[in-house]
Amino acid sequence: MTELRHRGAKDGEPPLEQQPSEDKGSDSELKADKEGVSDESKVDSGVPEVPVPPDDTPEVLNKALSGLSSRWKNWWVRGILTLAMISFFFFIIYLGPMVLMMIVLCVQIKCFHEIITIGYNVYHSYDLPWFRTLSWYFLLCVNYFFYGETVTDYFFTLVQREEPLRILSKYHRFISFALYLTGFCMFVLSLVKKHYRLQFYMFGWTHVTLLIVVTQSHLIIHNLFEGMIWFIVPISCVICNDIMAYMFGFFFGRTPLIKLSPKKTWEGFIGGLFATIVFGIMLSYVMAGYRYFVCPVEFNNDSNSFQVDCEPSELFQLQDYNLPGVLESVTGWTTVRLYPFQIHSIALSSFASIVGPFGGFFASGFKRAFKIKDFANTIPGHGGIMDRFDCQYIMATFVNVYIASFIRGPNPSKVVQQLLALRSDQQLYIFNSLKAHLTEKGLLRAAEAAA
Amino acid sequence: MTELRKRGAGGGDPDTAENISDKEADGDDRLGLSGDTEGECDVDSKTDTPDVPASTADTDNTPECLNKALEGLPPKWRNYWIRGLLSICMISGFFLMIYLGPIMLIFVVMSVQIKCFQEIITIGYRVYHSYELPWFRTLSWYFLICVNYFFYGETLADYFGALVRREEPLQFLARYHRFISFTLYLAGFCMFVLSLVKKHYRLQFYMFAWTHVTLLIVVTQSHLVIQNLFEGMIWYIVPISIVICNDIMAYLFGFFFGRTPLIKLSPKKTWEGFIGGFFSTVVFGFILAYLLSQFQYFVCPVEFNSETNRFTVECEPPDLFVMQEYTLPAALQNTLSWKTVNLYPFQIHSIFLSSFASLIGPFGGFFASGFKRAFKIKDFANTIPGHGGIMDRFDCQYLMATFTHVYIASFVRGPNPSKVLQQLLMLQPEQQLSIFHILRSQLKERGLLPPLAVRAE
Repeated sequence: MTELRHRGAKDGEPPLEQQPSEDKGSDSELKADKEGVSDESKVDSGVPEVPVPPDDTPEVLNKALSGLSSRWKNWWVRGILTLAMISFFFFIIYLGPMVLMMIVLCVQIKCFHEIITIGYNVYHSYDLPWFRTLSWYFLLCVNYFFYGETVTDYFFTLVQREEPLRILSKYHRFISFALYLTGFCMFVLSLVKKHYRLQFYMFGWTHVTLLIVVTQSHLIIHNLFEGMIWFIVPISCVICNDIMAYMFGFFFGRTPLIKLSPKKTWEGFIGGLFATIVFGIMLSYVMAGYRYFVCPVEFNNDSNSFQVDCEPSELFQLQDYNLPGVLESVTGWTTVRLYPFQIHSIALSSFASIVGPFGGFFASGFKRAFKIKDFANTIPGHGGIMDRFDCQYIMATFVNVYIASFIRGPNPSKVVQQLLALRSDQQLYIFNSLKAHLTEKGLLRAAEAAA
Repeated sequence: MTELRKRGAGGGDPDTAENISDKEADGDDRLGLSGDTEGECDVDSKTDTPDVPASTADTDNTPECLNKALEGLPPKWRNYWIRGLLSICMISGFFLMIYLGPIMLIFVVMSVQIKCFQEIITIGYRVYHSYELPWFRTLSWYFLICVNYFFYGETLADYFGALVRREEPLQFLARYHRFISFTLYLAGFCMFVLSLVKKHYRLQFYMFAWTHVTLLIVVTQSHLVIQNLFEGMIWYIVPISIVICNDIMAYLFGFFFGRTPLIKLSPKKTWEGFIGGFFSTVVFGFILAYLLSQFQYFVCPVEFNSETNRFTVECEPPDLFVMQEYTLPAALQNTLSWKTVNLYPFQIHSIFLSSFASLIGPFGGFFASGFKRAFKIKDFANTIPGHGGIMDRFDCQYLMATFTHVYIASFVRGPNPSKVLQQLLMLQPEQQLSIFHILRSQLKERGLLPPLAVRAE
């Protein structure tokens, strides 16, 4: 995020962390909002401000930094937490796909919890009957549906082996729908005369949250299964864009970007774009060399564990590209060796820098609308989990759509599964069409085709 | 819907559908309003307007000719006659559209969807006084177009595979369909963010969420209805008829025998109506399934004939619609003294569809009633004289459409062969080859491959 630093302010030391003064800025904006918002007061006055949560900083940090002034202490806390989070990110990558999936699930649950809690605070609906239970029940249902679809796709052989799993997967949609319907009926039965509107609001709130949080966490897991590089590079690009845009804004920022976040600047935005593209190219170059990152995650039936072992696809093999004339004269090279993935990474980085921030503006607008400073106070100095992940959501969807459109075809095991479920005459029809297609392409020799 | 008719109350003729419940809902609201405003005053009266100005839902929309023809009767009877006439009109309209064919039905589904969306969004505008919000009407309709584009694109690519492969621009659109849809949606999202105005953040977020929930409910389910339609028109007609029948039957049973209230949310629904409606709907569905299963027009999947460029409904009827003999269980054998009975398997499925429509379908109606109570509106709109808006008539249908779709996907058909073929052709050549070999060995095992092939091995 770009930052506008007031020139001539006291502190000379550049802050190391991501968004320290955005929250401070939003504080002053909140005060300005309160004055200007008189005609919204009829609508909003029923909602008291969510009380700012108490300072959550661990005692040890407090002691270590007790000597510094409070502003520096804030920056140091943020800096240390940023480094801690990035190291944690590296650590879980090392631990492998299974742990990553667990982490995604935990993050999803925590984000859901944060947003639902805001809804409760906004609507004073703690005392609504059943409502907490129902929200968590819907979360479980939707997760069951999505995880079931994922598991069926990727663990196809395992599922076929175990009888109860096979039944669950064959009737998966029906079971998920029945579970959801039960929740729906419980909701209708729980409607209480005096609280209809609140209950409908919370119902709507829950569903929109599910739509945003749960579907996109599952898209992240789909990306992960394509290859860990499709999980790591987008997330790193978004983080890098945050940090770089902040730095550029800090040093060069002058022109405000959008009224919604007055501390963002055009200089930071554009600087962040270029820096992120360069970072993305370098990161993909580094990662594309390792099978651990590049291979699709597969479940090995014999060893009952995940493995990332394969022949790297064309995307991750060095190829020669002819430079366009302009670049040739500038750099004096005729060809350059690149992984094709690096070219894709330019598209990913551009998206992260140009459209990703809109996710952040959306979250800022949401916080302004409901007059909250942060989603929660889970991470000292940074706010809630949702605060850190707001830009990631659009990115995850984009990467998934990008992969589906430009990279891979459908999943072969899923196609086989569907094929075997068809009727015999349909299978014959497909067999003949496929045979014709393959013969046309010269993949089947004529003798084989006749067989 | 079950109705509790107050014995000995005035008014001789029964209402046809749920208007009594609406009137009673009004009465309840008047009683409950005071209770509501007291109980909710610390939140609702401040956060939202206490009363939605009931503009369109209350004006009388009856055509002048009907008014003249019925001016001799007292107002209550006149109301019943209007409703009765409109019910018969709607049912005849339904038959007419079935006769006109699948394309017409798709258009009708789409029009209903757009009207329902408009009704719900209009309620949102009135609740939040958000007429003057910048861009918001445009954005709501834009999102509707995006989501429709996404769904129709997926449907078309599946069912019109041959047509799509022929035309070059269509092929391009089909290949990058998801990306294009996502880009369109993102453009709308970014416009929303850029349109956030300082004083109206909360309203804008509310309307954004309202639009999305409406899209989720209305648009996805109308597309499920269309997918059901493509399976065979019987999968479209039977569920809708069953829901209508349940409404009418439950009302009649409640009218004649109703005594025990069913649920506090709709005090005019009764257990007698509920159970009576259940049994009569099962019987009705059974009979209707028998009648319709005989015609290819209803039973065959709708296909697009690339040569003649139109829809055809001609095929060899699937096993589901071929008469089979079933041996009755012993208990029924004793009572009926029949050993076996000839049934279409589809009739057995229709029992399940009818049960769902009678037992769970009403929850959709309760949900809509609760929604109307929550926002203190009598009807969704006033499109149909005497009945309210389109949404009022279709509220029970939505759950039914989703259930039918899930039912078909789970118990009746397998995946769509043209879609599987399409996916096959998009795979890598090595994968295609390996699948080819798997399929060949499978078919050989089952003896489906012609003998020439076997000999050449």
